[in-house]
Amino acid sequence: MANEDSRRAFLEKVASTVFAGMVLGGAEVKAEGSARAPDVVLTPPPPFKISSEAQEDVLVRMQRDLERALKKPIEERKWGMVIDTRKCVGCSSCTVGCVMENKLPPGVVYRPVIDLEVGTYPNVDRRFLPRPCMQCENPPCVPVCPVGATWKRKDGIVEIDYDACIGCRYCITACPYSARTFDFGENWTDDAASGQDGALALETGRAYEELANFEYGEVWKRHEGPIPQSPVGNARKCTFCIHRVEKGMLPMCVTTCIGRATFFGDLNDPESLVSELIARNNAVRLKEELGTEPKVYYLV
Amino acid sequence: MVERKHPNGLLSVLGWIVWLALFIWGGWGILERLLYGHRFAAYSSYVPWGHWVAAYIYFIGLSAGAFLLSSLVYVFGVRQLERIAKLSLFTAIVTLIMALMQIWFDLGHLERFYFVYLRPNFHSMMAWMVWLYTAYFLLLVFELYYAFKKDGAKDPAELARYKKILAWLGGIGIPLAVAFHGGVGALFATVIARDLWHTPIYPILFLTGALLSGGALMTMVVAYFWPARGEAWRETVTYLGKVVLALVAFDFLLEWAEYSIPMWYGVGAEYQKLMYVLFGPYWWNFWIIHFLFGVLVPVALLVWGRGPGAVGLASLLVVVTFFAVRLNLVIPGLVFPELRGLEHSYTDPTLPFNRLSFDYVPSLFEWQVFFGVIAVGIALFYLGYRYLPLVTQKEVA
Repeated sequence: MANEDSRRAFLEKVASTVFAGMVLGGAEVKAEGSARAPDVVLTPPPPFKISSEAQEDVLVRMQRDLERALKKPIEERKWGMVIDTRKCVGCSSCTVGCVMENKLPPGVVYRPVIDLEVGTYPNVDRRFLPRPCMQCENPPCVPVCPVGATWKRKDGIVEIDYDACIGCRYCITACPYSARTFDFGENWTDDAASGQDGALALETGRAYEELANFEYGEVWKRHEGPIPQSPVGNARKCTFCIHRVEKGMLPMCVTTCIGRATFFGDLNDPESLVSELIARNNAVRLKEELGTEPKVYYLV
Repeated sequence: MVERKHPNGLLSVLGWIVWLALFIWGGWGILERLLYGHRFAAYSSYVPWGHWVAAYIYFIGLSAGAFLLSSLVYVFGVRQLERIAKLSLFTAIVTLIMALMQIWFDLGHLERFYFVYLRPNFHSMMAWMVWLYTAYFLLLVFELYYAFKKDGAKDPAELARYKKILAWLGGIGIPLAVAFHGGVGALFATVIARDLWHTPIYPILFLTGALLSGGALMTMVVAYFWPARGEAWRETVTYLGKVVLALVAFDFLLEWAEYSIPMWYGVGAEYQKLMYVLFGPYWWNFWIIHFLFGVLVPVALLVWGRGPGAVGLASLLVVVTFFAVRLNLVIPGLVFPELRGLEHSYTDPTLPFNRLSFDYVPSLFEWQVFFGVIAVGIALFYLGYRYLPLVTQKEVA
């Protein structure tokens, strides 16, 4: 009997512990008789510290990467770009910054932001994809040029010689990314600025249009006319702002990106931010199947 | 038999009026092109080749076709066509000049055309094309020169010598014409970015199209403008009619391959683009202009029609409507955005055209320059026809 009693008592204890556990969830439940003061003293966690490197703006890190790369000979650099599509808000600051930097006329764009609306209500979203020149390792636009006016530089940038380009536009058809556009010799002030302040607006506009751009480190003053002044009448495209980069400045689109979604640096440098980012498993390139080997990566 | 080189009559007067109108209107377009560049052309940064490039491959095809017809005589000794050999050569020169004018106007920097000679990049199909044209142009001039010499030959030994030279020149000319016009096809076909163009059938399709359009042009010229309307003329036109019929059939066979293979299972990258050609907003360009007036009606005329008039009309239809085929080769390859959504990205329309757009319809100005080139071509042809011994008494008889 005594045995039976003690067995019942044991089962009751166990059962009550189990039920209590079910009701109280994660709280520690002690069987009757084993309750005692906790021997663990809770201490508050150490204050959350952010390393100075993690705190700094990525622009600073990229600037350091850039300066390091510029110390190397040109053939050891390989400029690349990484665009985080999840951070891009579609503000087109990069497009506009680029237009300003390179004094782009109407019809010429180096870095449009593709804007796609996806889904069905109530699950609707927009996807943004900024599209600079891919600066392909195997650029399809280069071998098609009948006069050899475009080539891949030692640092991987695909360059156009505006003084040699005859304006046949074969390269524009050959680019799988539509990265090349044509300078028709049009101006923002064409057909603009009329009325009372027309003359003043025209004057200001003209002044802007006559500013030189510095693509490939040269001074280009475009002008329309029976014999147009290059780059009018030429194919044009994104240069990764190589004229800025070689002076130690990041490309314009990188600096104007409000979401810090565009990264630039030397892909040959394993320590650079871009090298770090493209090693992630969400880094993709456009139209890989063509074998063009773009140097622009997208984080998706 | 009386030579009627410049028949007077109402038709001739009407012809002159039409030519003058073309010349003034087209000439104005050419002047505008020289003064204002591409301002009034509707092509864009996204559709970078348009009407003028189509016009250029159209003219160059006419040239290659007319030349290959003359080679049938000088190289293979096809007697039925002997009468029109020199005229074919001259037509090849004129249409080549038209093609080069047309593509010259299409350049962004027409003052730099000679760079293709000074600093060619022989990886480029375009550089090859220009160099081959130049060789071809020189060959045409030499060949025409010796063809005239042959006519003036006084003794059989001299005649045999000129015949031999002509056979050699024509013999060199055949691979040259095949290479440069096949090369024009390859210029498109080698572009990996454009799946509509990137097909090995393009060079062959271009060559067949050249033979067809050039052959039809010569047939039309002989049927309507030949000075003497005798039995010999009738025989030549009938023979040419058969050639044109065979070429229409062969070209259609290749076209069937061009469309049916990428489209058969209703899926794939090219499917929707070819559907656009066949049933898109410009369906009539394919079905009405090309298929009805460029294939069905000419075939009916050539099979059931009677006499040189029917052959001439069939050939005229083939020549004129072939431009629709050239437009359909160039433009549909470009009007689809290479990246989905690019058509919704940054755009900056400045009147009258949006250069960052995929909607392309040739502007009036582009037609104007095209007709200007045609007016110049007609003038050159007329001058040659009038003042060069292209059609001699011996050949008329």
